[in-house]
Amino acid sequence: MTTGTEQITAAEIETAEAGQNESFEGVQADTDKHTDATEHHHGPAKGISRWFFTTNHKDIGSMYLWFSLVMFMVGGCMALMVRTELFQPGLQFIQPDFFNQMTTMHGLIMVFGAVMPAFVGLANWMIPMMVGAPDMALPRLNNWSFWILPFAFSIMLMTLFMEGGGPNFGWTFYAPLSTTFAPPSVTYFIFAVHMMGISSIMGAINVIVTILNMRAPGMDMMKLPLFVWTWLITAFLLILVMPILAGVVTMMLMDIHFGTSFFNAAGGGDPVLFQHIFWFFGHPEVYIMILPAFGIVSEIIPTFARKKLFGYSSMVYATSSIAFLSFIVWAHHMFTVGMPLAGELFFMFATMLIAVPTGVKVFNWVATMFRGSMTFETPMLFALAFVVLFSIGGFSGLMLAIAPADFQYHDTYFVVAHFHYVLVPGSIFSIMAAAYYWLPKWTGNYYDEKMGKIHFWLSFIGINITFFPMHFVGLAGMPRRVPDYALQFADFNAVSTVGAFLFGFSQLLFIYNVVCCIRKKNQASKQVWEGAYGLEWTLPSPAPYHSFTKPPKVD
Amino acid sequence: MAVTNNKLIIKLLGSTLLMFGFGFALVPLYDVFCQVTGINGKVDLTPGAYSSRSDSNREIKIQFIAVNNEAMPWKFKPKEFSMTVKLGQTYSTAYIASNSTANYMVAQAVPSVSPSEAAAYLQKVDCFCFNRQPLEAGERKEMGLAFNILPDMPAHIKTITLSYTLFDITQASSKVLASTD
Repeated sequence: MTTGTEQITAAEIETAEAGQNESFEGVQADTDKHTDATEHHHGPAKGISRWFFTTNHKDIGSMYLWFSLVMFMVGGCMALMVRTELFQPGLQFIQPDFFNQMTTMHGLIMVFGAVMPAFVGLANWMIPMMVGAPDMALPRLNNWSFWILPFAFSIMLMTLFMEGGGPNFGWTFYAPLSTTFAPPSVTYFIFAVHMMGISSIMGAINVIVTILNMRAPGMDMMKLPLFVWTWLITAFLLILVMPILAGVVTMMLMDIHFGTSFFNAAGGGDPVLFQHIFWFFGHPEVYIMILPAFGIVSEIIPTFARKKLFGYSSMVYATSSIAFLSFIVWAHHMFTVGMPLAGELFFMFATMLIAVPTGVKVFNWVATMFRGSMTFETPMLFALAFVVLFSIGGFSGLMLAIAPADFQYHDTYFVVAHFHYVLVPGSIFSIMAAAYYWLPKWTGNYYDEKMGKIHFWLSFIGINITFFPMHFVGLAGMPRRVPDYALQFADFNAVSTVGAFLFGFSQLLFIYNVVCCIRKKNQASKQVWEGAYGLEWTLPSPAPYHSFTKPPKVD
Repeated sequence: MAVTNNKLIIKLLGSTLLMFGFGFALVPLYDVFCQVTGINGKVDLTPGAYSSRSDSNREIKIQFIAVNNEAMPWKFKPKEFSMTVKLGQTYSTAYIASNSTANYMVAQAVPSVSPSEAAAYLQKVDCFCFNRQPLEAGERKEMGLAFNILPDMPAHIKTITLSYTLFDITQASSKVLASTD
């Protein structure tokens, strides 16, 4: 299966550490002195109020991550309900309207509740430690941006129990399905989206101010770890597009309650306008969910290949150009609305252009591994699976970008297969990789490596069994968002459902591993991983409650 | 440090507000953009100029389609299903609507042209779609339409389809539209 996976002991790592992070001179002495002299009167508060009132980036980061894990499980249960219904043709388990609510809520929760908060959580934990800052720049705002989220998602989930049910119009909530024909609970959905948007924007402002203003002396922009770089760009994307999302749901609100006709043709509006505005937000949004993943993988692969990242600056420029291109390709989601030929061609070629910087990144990761002395710990396994499977998702994306072909693929399971390949083994695997990679730094203990590997392999096999057959049923013409389907799709759907349950239940292993890692002593060294490089590895494990109160020097 | 933070925060908050505004600005911007580049098939809802030029001998076929939106109960159909017209000359025809219900109702017709490339060349001199159409219970009405096609329309267009979708706006017109016209 893998080679060279023997457990590296803490002692071995300490010895290997000697030459590792030497460019950060004097860091350790400073932090140690600080810990002895001043920290005793400034630990975490006691009891539950610690979590309500905390302004500590590590506490808030942990809360984000736990929240995201809970939402991942909730959204996952919804996905399993969908898959159970699709196990066989015909209606067995749930009714079509509830099925639609499940697909809609699954999408909304996974996008806004699982993936985005997980990345914000990682940003909170890691960015201050990576740039040598004592905390995030705006700690109180930070507390607020987290605590909005549980309320937003309570409102959203509440709608499922209301008369008429929850949102059932797909996560893309196209008008007039989400206006004229929406269940009455749509207003709650709109306010929930507003709240999430506010939370994301505040989080993004915090990240930008931290990165631009709080770097340790000597930490130039072109020395920033790639996770920080990708997050900086992501934060700008968030600031630019989340307000557009807020705008579009506000227009829906006005159409529904205040008699305007933004999307109502009878009043002079245009339903296609909804799609244009939504995807102007929606396309950069998909990069918001993948750029931090690029950053994480760019941290992990050099560590376990024991080489510096190949092509650092090209990575930075590639990420920036992907972010720029994301603003001019939105209409590739709507090739079939009756766009003029000039539009179809422009959006087709602009979309294909994105493959260039993305290819640069993939080649850089491969070149980083080339002739490196690789070992295959769990984070590395997830990162490698990311590179391979994300590329598959990227290629099916290229297929969808071909406008004439897209008329065939549009709204089929091929699209579902495509975006699940970029989001599950893309975003989710990168988050898993990040969790395993930094868990020893967060908790001070190593997780169980064997269990981690079993979790990886079950997940890897599970998601491929789930999503690969979707390519075939999609190409054969099975439409998405249907609770029932033609008989010829039955076998592949049954296979997908089996894979979904395998993937879903193997995540329990991850939770168990994390809990054990927090509870059981298996002391991690400061360095944690032999090849790890960066300021966060100069701090003790677990990272002290307050770190870098005195800025480290970076050469 | 605090001062530079504040400056940056204000800039970032400012761009957030700006982008929120930009979201709304996109509504007219899409129209403007499509008009300037001429890539939209959106139909012009302002009356075009009357024309009786006959300098062009080119003839094309124009087809008329009537569609009822959702549960719109009126009977709605074109008087003629297709015409052969000379470019540059003004023609008139009509759609026939009858309110077969027992209630007073108001309707709005929304036009659409296919191929969308032709939309810019189809000039409506007069159209029932410019106004709301109120009909008493049981009333039948011939709703007039006068149009001409600009002679500089690309030669490859040989057939144009003009479709009207009829929307029931009885409720909306009693609330909102009543005040606007």
